[in-house]
Amino acid sequence: MKKNEAVLSKGIDVTLIVIYLLLVMIGITAIFGVTYNDGDPIINSFLKFKTDYSKQFYFAGISIIIGLFILLTDSKFFPATANLFYALGFLALLLVFPLHSNVKGTESIIRIGGTNIQPADFMKLPVALALAKYLSLPDMKFSNLRSQLIASAITLTPAVISILQKETGLALVYFSFFLVMFREGLPSIILVIGFSTASLVVATLLLEKNLLAGILLAITLLVILFYRKKIKRDKELLIKIIFIGVVCIGIQRFAVPFLFQSVLGKHQVERIFSTIGKDIPEEYAQKLDIKIDTKTGKQTNTADYNVKQSKIAIGSGGLTGKGLLSGTQTRYGFVPEQRTDFIFDTIGESYGFIGSTILVGLYMFLLFRIIMIAERQRSTFNRCYAYGVASVLFFHIAINLCMTIGLAPVIGIPLPFISYGGTSLLTFSSLLFILIRLDADRNMMLR
Amino acid sequence: MSVFNQSRSYIIRLIFLSVFLLILVRLASLQLFTNDYEQLAFNNAVYPKIIYPERGIIYDRNNKPILNNIILYDLMITPSELKGTDTLLMCTILNIDTAQFRNRIVDAIIKNTRVRPSVFEALVSPEIQARFLENSWRFPGFALVERPVRSYPYNVGAQVLGYIAEVSPSDIERSHSFYRMGDYIGKNGLEKHYEDVLMGQRGVEYMIKDNKNRLVNNYKNGEFDTLAVAGRGLKTFIDIELQEMAEALISNKVGGIVAIDPKTGGILAMASGPTFNPNDLTGPRFKRNFFILDSLYSAPLLNRAIKGVYPPGSTFKPIGGLVALDQGVITPAFGYPCGGRYYGCGTGKPACTHHNAGHAANLRLATANSCNSYFTDIYRKTVDNPKYGNVKKGYEVWEDYMHKFGLGVKLGVDLPSEDRGNISTVARYDKYYNGQWNSCTNLTLGIGQDQMQTTPLQLANATCIIANKGYFYTPHFVDSIEKETIADTVFMNRYRTKHEVLTHISDTAYNAIINGMNDVVTNGTAKIANIPGINVCAKTGTSENYYRGIKQKDHSMFICFAPKENPKIAIAIVVENAGYGATWAGRMSRILLEKYLKDSLSPTAQNYFNEISKTKITPGYYPREQFKKDSSRAEYWAKIRKDSTNLKRYLKGAPSIKKDSSKADSRLVHTEIPHQKDEKKLYRFQYCWAINEKQKIKATTII
Repeated sequence: MKKNEAVLSKGIDVTLIVIYLLLVMIGITAIFGVTYNDGDPIINSFLKFKTDYSKQFYFAGISIIIGLFILLTDSKFFPATANLFYALGFLALLLVFPLHSNVKGTESIIRIGGTNIQPADFMKLPVALALAKYLSLPDMKFSNLRSQLIASAITLTPAVISILQKETGLALVYFSFFLVMFREGLPSIILVIGFSTASLVVATLLLEKNLLAGILLAITLLVILFYRKKIKRDKELLIKIIFIGVVCIGIQRFAVPFLFQSVLGKHQVERIFSTIGKDIPEEYAQKLDIKIDTKTGKQTNTADYNVKQSKIAIGSGGLTGKGLLSGTQTRYGFVPEQRTDFIFDTIGESYGFIGSTILVGLYMFLLFRIIMIAERQRSTFNRCYAYGVASVLFFHIAINLCMTIGLAPVIGIPLPFISYGGTSLLTFSSLLFILIRLDADRNMMLR
Repeated sequence: MSVFNQSRSYIIRLIFLSVFLLILVRLASLQLFTNDYEQLAFNNAVYPKIIYPERGIIYDRNNKPILNNIILYDLMITPSELKGTDTLLMCTILNIDTAQFRNRIVDAIIKNTRVRPSVFEALVSPEIQARFLENSWRFPGFALVERPVRSYPYNVGAQVLGYIAEVSPSDIERSHSFYRMGDYIGKNGLEKHYEDVLMGQRGVEYMIKDNKNRLVNNYKNGEFDTLAVAGRGLKTFIDIELQEMAEALISNKVGGIVAIDPKTGGILAMASGPTFNPNDLTGPRFKRNFFILDSLYSAPLLNRAIKGVYPPGSTFKPIGGLVALDQGVITPAFGYPCGGRYYGCGTGKPACTHHNAGHAANLRLATANSCNSYFTDIYRKTVDNPKYGNVKKGYEVWEDYMHKFGLGVKLGVDLPSEDRGNISTVARYDKYYNGQWNSCTNLTLGIGQDQMQTTPLQLANATCIIANKGYFYTPHFVDSIEKETIADTVFMNRYRTKHEVLTHISDTAYNAIINGMNDVVTNGTAKIANIPGINVCAKTGTSENYYRGIKQKDHSMFICFAPKENPKIAIAIVVENAGYGATWAGRMSRILLEKYLKDSLSPTAQNYFNEISKTKITPGYYPREQFKKDSSRAEYWAKIRKDSTNLKRYLKGAPSIKKDSSKADSRLVHTEIPHQKDEKKLYRFQYCWAINEKQKIKATTII
């Protein structure tokens, strides 16, 4: 027994565990701040499993117990079963199609007994494991295209299925695994292309379309002018540049309108336009049946309300905040979904800039710590897995915070460790504890 | 192998760092560099709930409340909490059917959303309230909410006390946005004049509301709340029993009654006919009732006691006599040989009701017999006084006397929109007669005709001056304000100052006139007003008047004060187109005098009261004017709606149909069309133009 204990505690990264516990505590306090009714006996209601904060409290307990089990597991278990996990997860994901229950517009939830299970949500754990497993294959050469495609397929197949289940937000999470692949040698040009395409889409939304077309044309011409000497030597370059220019204009002219008219749902279009603060252009508005307010003559963008109220909540916190249970915005239900997606509002309103900065700092410290851990691993599997954890967490944190302060469109993804929700807390805890387990045995793993 | 890509670890860290920095910058800009969001959050969540103070109560001279507040209840509904309500029982209680019930709920949801309470039935009757409370556990989602309502316990004083109504946009502008939409403000009478005193001070309670605008609880435990201060009461001079009697006398006639205590200037009663029940203008039926009152040609909303102008006729004679005496153009012993007509100007006009010799042998006799020739003559003597050279100078002196008697000027009574009457200036006569006029031109001024116009209040006030032998207090209602402040005292001092305007006229002159007025009652034109045991001084008046150039039946006028030795009450009464002065106004005065001085009516007076209060007297031209008014409104609506159905129905005499297309209430009050040749028959007694039985306003249930 004594030996076991020694093995368990040996090499464990205590800092990560402390940060984890801190975040979970902040989360429970925040949920308490939102859902506590004046006059309820506090300790009693914490124990009764009736209120949200009490439920989250129990979820946290379960998560920690599962975390302990993970720590007790042999670290070889994870690389060995990674593909099995992936296969099981994938099966669950597919089972959703016939078995899903109808919960507010999503088709990604299976109801078993009283609990909701959302495979698309916890699938990121198997994906992180499977990707690490694939990238750590002994004769892996990630520089060739075939392996890059296979790695992409591993991460993006669940994303496609998520989209089919009307969970675009969750699907986007899987794109964060490209950071792992980037670390492992994915050509940086792919990230650059991805980034440029995103910028082009945003520019399409912001600028008038003929103006943007003109700008793109001008850029193409400037590039040709700049490379005129090279072009003289190499005619193919001219064709490449013109091709890129045409593709850009094609995206702007056809791909984006197609995306907005046919692929995205009404609420998504509304959210995107509310983030950039513009009215929805008529060509999309007509198709999506967006109503115009007869009084003000403006579009009734219902997505606006959430973000506005969220910004008001955070902005009204000031430097020091209003104190726990004193925030009027979050206490009286002005922000919707504030236990889950907009939980950061409570922290912003109750603890102000100081509190928000501490939380953001804590997250940043967590991420940097994970990357530091990743870089000290001797096995590729461990490193890839650690990067996977960091990427997933980063994506969640960045998008969630940005959407509450109006920098990103509202995508329903939770804030790790803090948002209310059992599945979400359990998934993130498992992700982290597996990493801690792997890290504890970093010196044993030489593969 | 991994070492190969080590540098990329830093790129990833850089990406993380930059995104987090971006978030921090945005947070700082939201939380630190602007206060807008704080204000927005405050506006979002804190609702300043205005607490309306109780309006001040108005008391009569015996401290009986004559304008009070009562609490009625609105039945409120919160549609989202309706589950399990006994709909059928509620329908039976309210006496509506289920379809109506459903419609009202839909209306409530449209108006105020599902989660906020809205009015289901305004001002429920006490019976419904009791039945609801018995069964209240069966009606989740329903609640009774208090609503204070003005109430007039005696059902009198409509024009005097006034009414309150929601502020109009112009009221808000005038008050520099002190009032807000939905506030109530005094619109007429004392309610308007003493608005500042009666309204009290509004309180504010800061309430926290949630995202559905439901009020949750007090903001910061009421730290910033201010309490409402109730409006202060007014004690008036009104004798409510006298007021009731006065209104009963005048209510189905057209005219005005004013009774003043000469010693204080306090108005004991002021009535205007036709009148209405002031309780009709409280509560939910305000709009509908106001519309009916407003559409009547007889204008019950008009206070004829201060707003109606009439030639004073013979009631002016005592004043004329005093002026002549003071000017020294006659002595009390002066007599005029009247033989039934005045020939001083060669026209034989005006005629006199008496032609026996000696009926104007001296001032006293002339007053008692109301000799037209006598007073015409002394008017001419006054303005043609050789002292002033010419008639215009003399007239200016005379005009000045009139102003001192309070005629042709606003007296400053504490009611809004008082009329000044008319005493024409020299300039006006010049314009009217192209400068070519003399004392013969306007000689009927001596008997209160020509261009002279007075209000009943002015007549009553002039009577006070005679009774007081030269001084008066500005007529007013309010004796004292509850918890009087210095500002109030300054305000009220205008009513507490003695105006000794005409004390320079000798007592001999006053005594001559007062004795003459006493003789009017004892053996003159108003024997009908003689009260055994009390020396009443009075003067009848029967004033000629014209409507659009057509001579109408005379106005019945009467002024009086009593007792002669120590005047306690002065009364002026005008009854439009009623006939001889003593018959109508004289008898009314007698009733009021007895009521006030003896506190009970003698059998004679009681008979008079019964007869007069049952009699309707309508000016002959009213029905036709009412018809014109109604038909032009019918046409107006027909034009606006491009639908002449109602106009046709109106002309046929059928009741109009209420159109759903417009919320405006356009019901037409129908009056029969009198044929031109029958108009003479319809002169009096038969005709009631006032609200007929169907449209009679039911008094709102006040208990």
